[in-house]
Amino acid sequence: MTMTDHTRSADAVRLPAVRLDGVTKDFGSVHAVRGIDLELRQGEIVAFLGPNGAGKTTTIDMILGLSQPTTGTVSVLGHQPRQAIARGLVSAVMQTGGLLKDLTVRETVAYTASLFADTKPVDEVLDSAGITGIADRKVAKCSGGEQQRLRFAMALLPDPALLLLDEPTTGMDVEGRRTFWSAIRRDAERGRTVLFATHYLEEADQYADRIVLVREGRIVADGSGSEIKALAAGRTVRATLPDADTDALAALGGVDSVEVRGDSVLVHAKDSDAVARYLLTETTARDLEITSKGLEDAFISLTGADDEEQK
Amino acid sequence: MSTSTIPTPVDPDARRVPPMGGFNLTVLRIELRRMLRNRRTMFFTLLFPAALFLSFGGQPNWNDNAGHGNVAAYIMVSMALYGAALTAASGGAMVAMERALGWSRQLRLTPLNPAVYILMKALLALVLGAVAITAVNVTGIAQGKPHMPVHVWIECAVLTLFCTMVFAALGVFVGYLVPGENAMQVLGPGLALFSFLGNVFIPLDEGTWIYRIAEWTPMFGVAEISRWPLTGDLPWTAVVNAVAWFGIFVAGAAWRMSKDTARV
Repeated sequence: MTMTDHTRSADAVRLPAVRLDGVTKDFGSVHAVRGIDLELRQGEIVAFLGPNGAGKTTTIDMILGLSQPTTGTVSVLGHQPRQAIARGLVSAVMQTGGLLKDLTVRETVAYTASLFADTKPVDEVLDSAGITGIADRKVAKCSGGEQQRLRFAMALLPDPALLLLDEPTTGMDVEGRRTFWSAIRRDAERGRTVLFATHYLEEADQYADRIVLVREGRIVADGSGSEIKALAAGRTVRATLPDADTDALAALGGVDSVEVRGDSVLVHAKDSDAVARYLLTETTARDLEITSKGLEDAFISLTGADDEEQK
Repeated sequence: MSTSTIPTPVDPDARRVPPMGGFNLTVLRIELRRMLRNRRTMFFTLLFPAALFLSFGGQPNWNDNAGHGNVAAYIMVSMALYGAALTAASGGAMVAMERALGWSRQLRLTPLNPAVYILMKALLALVLGAVAITAVNVTGIAQGKPHMPVHVWIECAVLTLFCTMVFAALGVFVGYLVPGENAMQVLGPGLALFSFLGNVFIPLDEGTWIYRIAEWTPMFGVAEISRWPLTGDLPWTAVVNAVAWFGIFVAGAAWRMSKDTARV
């Protein structure tokens, strides 16, 4: 691409990195994905957050062209997924497997590099992944962390415009995690789009520009970390109050739910002050506590991870 | 992404697709080196068939006539077939093992066309098969007993090489049925049994009931084809046998591949 080609650049900017239109995926009678519409802008770092079985992996597989949607369409930078892969536009890093144990680190990278039309030089990729020192070591003799670096080196070979990561920092220490994310962010600033599936809510909140929450094959929330938290905003007021009048509590403004646990009453409300004032002035409530919901609670209330347990 | 930084847009059309579905010599070179440093492969490819030839080929009647050559030549061609078949089968089983390891999935994230992957694996099986056949033939030359015209020698070797494709397909099939390293535990004794029934180790007497059964086994047809330049005799049933078993193994491998519900 040349800088003089303005129209093309403008088109390219507008081109979404990923676009899913009414995508569903059935496995026999199991509806893994029940209708997802999603558009990722170029250069975004997006967390794909949801409990197990929410359809995250199935969706990622469809973006990679490893499986076909039952209905709907998937496009990656304006191409069909397989076409995007053939052009080296998309890479993915798997959490486990995907390596031949009897190849050396350098052989693995050279093997992968030879399959693309254009790649960065093997030595450069080894160097930037910090595995030049173990280049001649057999993969079987590499530690888990070294193997993960190797997987990243392989994924970065074609200089992908879209990088998909499945639980990328599992097994990394705090320092490794920080280094990893600063590298990811540097590349995103140059235009690379990153979509990562994660169970680490904190990680999603801390490093993603945008969080897409999925539950039972549907997107239940989509926004920044603070927007997601605001969706499930509110506080919990807990007090000891035998024979609480739950109807009166529920009738208070801004109360979402009322729960009675033995002698305790738990009130989830947007206006916790009003609830506290009522409890302390109109009732015999004592031992009053007010707690705010964290992202963890937001996650649970939005994805219904609680319900999963009971099913 | 902060609004102040405008990322460089990616122009997807500026990216090229590799020619020939990703077929390239670097992969072939790395794969070949990988096989050559595998001691077990080398043992089964180079030493085992040659050793079998030396033990079977020392029979008292080694210099009796057999078609256009002698009995030693007949045994040499048979042992080369056995060695190449074993090699090809283990190569085929590796396809299934690589899939179990997630390597096939990794390759699906590259431009490599799955058909090109199988083609490259088949080429490697042919190269390794050629190594196995050469090993037995060189042993035969060194021993000095086998005798047949040079053109027959070459024709037998080439036919043997292509016949081993039947066992490469069998290897893929069995590799899917019996996952992991256990595939060779099945293929090793299995191929030895087929070789006995296929007239590869010991000539079976025509007309006996065991011969009637043997005629239907997978090694029988290819063995007749491999020795055809030497014996000058190729029953049509042998060709049907070879083609049919090749078809069955390819269909079986394709069936197991498509049934494989694990993530690619």
